[in-house]
Amino acid sequence: MSDFSAEVNNLRNSFKEGVTKPIKWRVAQLKALDRMLVENEDKFIEALKQDLNKPVQDTVMAEIEFVKNDIISLLRNIDKWAANQPVSKSLVTLLDKPYIHPEPYGVVLIIGAWNFPLQLCLAPLTPAIAAGNCAVVKPSEIAPATAKVLEDLFPKYMDSKCIKVINGGVPETTELLKQKFDYIFYTGSTMVGKIIASAASKHLTPCTLELGGKSPAFVDGCANLEMAAKRLLWGKFNNAGQICVAPDYVLCTQETQDKLLPVMKKVLNEWYTEKPEQSDFYCRIVSKRHAERLNTMLENTKGKIELGGQVDIDSKFFAPTVVTGVDLEDSTMQEEIFGPILPMITLKGVDEAIEIINSRDKPLAMYVFTEKDSVVKKLRDNTSSGGFTVNDTIFQLAVEELPFGGVGASGMGSYHGKAGFDTFTHYKPVLEKDLSWIGEKMAFFRYPPYDAKNISLIKALLKNREMPSVPAFLRYLFVMALGAVIGFVCTKYIK
Amino acid sequence: MEAQEVEICRKAFNSGITRPLEWRRQQLDNLFRMMDENSATFVKALAEDLRKPEQEALCMEVDYVKNMIRGVTNHFDEWTKDEYVEKNFLTLLDETFIHHDPLGVVLIMGAWNYPVQLTFGPLPGAIAAGNCVIIKPSEISDAVSRAMAELVPKYLHPECFRVVEGGIPETTRLLQCKFDHIFYTGSTRVGQIVREASNKFLTPVTLELGGKSPTYICESADMDLTVKRLIWAKCINLGQTCVAPDYVLCSESVQKVLVPKALELIKEWYGENPQKSPDLCRIVNRRNFDRLSAMLDKTRGKVYGGATDPDDCYIQPTLVTGVDYKGDSLMQEEIFGPILPIITVKDKEEAIDLINSGEKPLTLYVFTKKKDVMDAFKLKTSSGSAVINDAIVHLSVETLPFGGVGQSGMGQYHGKYTFQEFSHQKSILVRDFSAFGEYLGSIRYPPYSMDKVKRTQFLIKNRKTPGFLSYIPHFAWFLVGIACGVGGYYLANNRELTRKYLGDYL
Repeated sequence: MSDFSAEVNNLRNSFKEGVTKPIKWRVAQLKALDRMLVENEDKFIEALKQDLNKPVQDTVMAEIEFVKNDIISLLRNIDKWAANQPVSKSLVTLLDKPYIHPEPYGVVLIIGAWNFPLQLCLAPLTPAIAAGNCAVVKPSEIAPATAKVLEDLFPKYMDSKCIKVINGGVPETTELLKQKFDYIFYTGSTMVGKIIASAASKHLTPCTLELGGKSPAFVDGCANLEMAAKRLLWGKFNNAGQICVAPDYVLCTQETQDKLLPVMKKVLNEWYTEKPEQSDFYCRIVSKRHAERLNTMLENTKGKIELGGQVDIDSKFFAPTVVTGVDLEDSTMQEEIFGPILPMITLKGVDEAIEIINSRDKPLAMYVFTEKDSVVKKLRDNTSSGGFTVNDTIFQLAVEELPFGGVGASGMGSYHGKAGFDTFTHYKPVLEKDLSWIGEKMAFFRYPPYDAKNISLIKALLKNREMPSVPAFLRYLFVMALGAVIGFVCTKYIK
Repeated sequence: MEAQEVEICRKAFNSGITRPLEWRRQQLDNLFRMMDENSATFVKALAEDLRKPEQEALCMEVDYVKNMIRGVTNHFDEWTKDEYVEKNFLTLLDETFIHHDPLGVVLIMGAWNYPVQLTFGPLPGAIAAGNCVIIKPSEISDAVSRAMAELVPKYLHPECFRVVEGGIPETTRLLQCKFDHIFYTGSTRVGQIVREASNKFLTPVTLELGGKSPTYICESADMDLTVKRLIWAKCINLGQTCVAPDYVLCSESVQKVLVPKALELIKEWYGENPQKSPDLCRIVNRRNFDRLSAMLDKTRGKVYGGATDPDDCYIQPTLVTGVDYKGDSLMQEEIFGPILPIITVKDKEEAIDLINSGEKPLTLYVFTKKKDVMDAFKLKTSSGSAVINDAIVHLSVETLPFGGVGQSGMGQYHGKYTFQEFSHQKSILVRDFSAFGEYLGSIRYPPYSMDKVKRTQFLIKNRKTPGFLSYIPHFAWFLVGIACGVGGYYLANNRELTRKYLGDYL
């Protein structure tokens, strides 16, 4: 088996030669990637059907369109984001030129996940290219059809000297991780995230880890239960629950649960009919191993299966399932479910919810369904999570300008939109110092021999002063005054 | 014992005491008072640890930290408030913003060369972000460490901010505890240890490390200013600065001018016998002195200066020419002392190749007047930071982030970057239950259809928000102004009207 050193070295040489630095090259690559998605939509749809039985519409929206939108935004902003950014000066640097120069890291490694096999490889890749890096993309072997399509198509569209797809399983990934990269971007489980972090530490390689956890959903009694149920269930059962930001479990009062259950039953029937295994709109579990994992979890639960529960390991089918009467030690509460099982835990109110949430690792997402501002504020200010969404689930990913990432055990770093470009960029501060005698005179005191008499002067010169900024109303006042003068003068002349 | 300290901080954090912004402001004010009221104590401790002259102890340590605190309090409201972000058609009716969460309990490990600056430097940002902090000063600068341990509990909340003193065993035990962020300043070797320890709990880290910061001096450089700034940067703290110019790259002709000017300047500043000058520090301890002394003994270059005194931990500011980039003893590791190797190169391309053959340094210096030389180094090399025509002073520009890249570190701080490093930018989306909002979002529900897909594509398509929208308020006020101008004209030319409306006032 190859140790991949040749491949990585080739990319490093391309980077050293400066191939990826010109904006033109980066723009050409992004456009090529866009063409690849447009011209091969059918191939991707077919691959995702094979890997996850993903409905056409899900593939188009969540995999292909998502990345195409990303590319539009990067193309629009790349000149602005890659340009030098001037910064405000202080008294001592008045004559100098301080600014921040964005530069790429070098050769980055992107490890994708299997649940959104296309999106989670390409959504990190696009900002990595925009920032000027070379990249190795390692798609998940658990979604082999998509991995194969990517491997076949990349050399036809992308610059192979700078961007490569390398496929393989655990042994290959382990070998790859022995190579030195300048940045590693990993999406997947917390357990493997630790292995990646450990490998990265050997070369002091910075990394972004998009991990997971159990994302709680607190449903308040006063929420619009029909809408809340729909949004909750869509977030849970889309992709058969195999989404890192799926609401993992529900916290609510007994009363709310009693009202929710019949609504949930109605909604699930509407969407997937009474025989979800025949629905065109319902995914499969990615592998038999994962289906078995979920089945074991369900078999061991001490809760009551209210809805669903039907499983067929051979076809990897797992019905949308809701379980009530679950306590914190239940089999469904030990690890991230990542499947279509929704445990419901009853409690007294939001304070108890906060206690439960804070007793566990910080989750990737947190959801609250309520119409009370006070409940939102309480949860938001007393817990921490990667993201926090009120009255919906997963929707936050549609807002490109909201950085997406975890905190604590759910990950480190973030991306999407500018946050993605920032992730793959080293912002190098540059100070171009003035050579004039004025500047030198102003800083005379720094040179020896030191004189104690200078100390108060030095303190005064270096003191951090709040530089005044023009508040908005002054700007409006100015504009209004200008209008008044013009109005007055014009009326005079017209008269 | 260390675990208990962390436990105390964690309990304090979980109680929510650090959340209110007023409380954080109060702690920042207390920290400022601590620095202000105990300036003399810190200056004395720095003299004990490093024989640091008062001017350096104030400008680069005590007052530097005071300025950092001022910077945080000046911008506190701006940094802690929620940041609103752009929406698309799908989320038009929703609220989308970023809220800054504290991380929890963070560990700040200081270094011994600027013990006050590097231990307390990250602290104001960490406090402003709402964290509890374990402060671990370096045991090598033990007078400052003791001063910190004594003073911090008197000014800052004793359960939220704790100083843990000690050496390797204490630090090792500390690193086995769970933190929500670790901020370390020091050597790359120990940085590696900290980074590996962080893997256990997936703790994010900021590592401010070191490396060999190269200095290129071009033929076009202003030699008088260059020599002053170069020698100043190399001699403060007796060269024990992470961003000191480590070695020089220049042509033979530049070297011919550089060496005599530099030696002359050293004499001018520090006298014939620099050991007697009150303005030079000492090497921090015997171990580091021995390391530098051995480096100097083994060099195959030509030594100008080189006097040492082991009992005084003194090394004379020394230049060494004819140094071989690859093989010399001075080029194997970061010098971190007052020895300046000068390596001759043909041209800037050779200099760039040499720099790129090594690890990415913490900073890069170029002395030149030519734009193409500046650009060549800036664009063809990578480093934590870069300065043209000076050295070290970029650390005083609060709006520039400071940190390394590659082996010289990860993460950045100073100014608002410290605040960001110690907080979690939590993305928040607030939707409501309005019928229209539901209508917009309902196309995602099964049963699916390609028509629904097309509608969703339309709604989420990335569109540029027209820039002119932000000028609407200005335009509105301008129209108001015109109306006032016109009205004012009529009033001014119509006495009856004026008398009627303003008669009482005229």
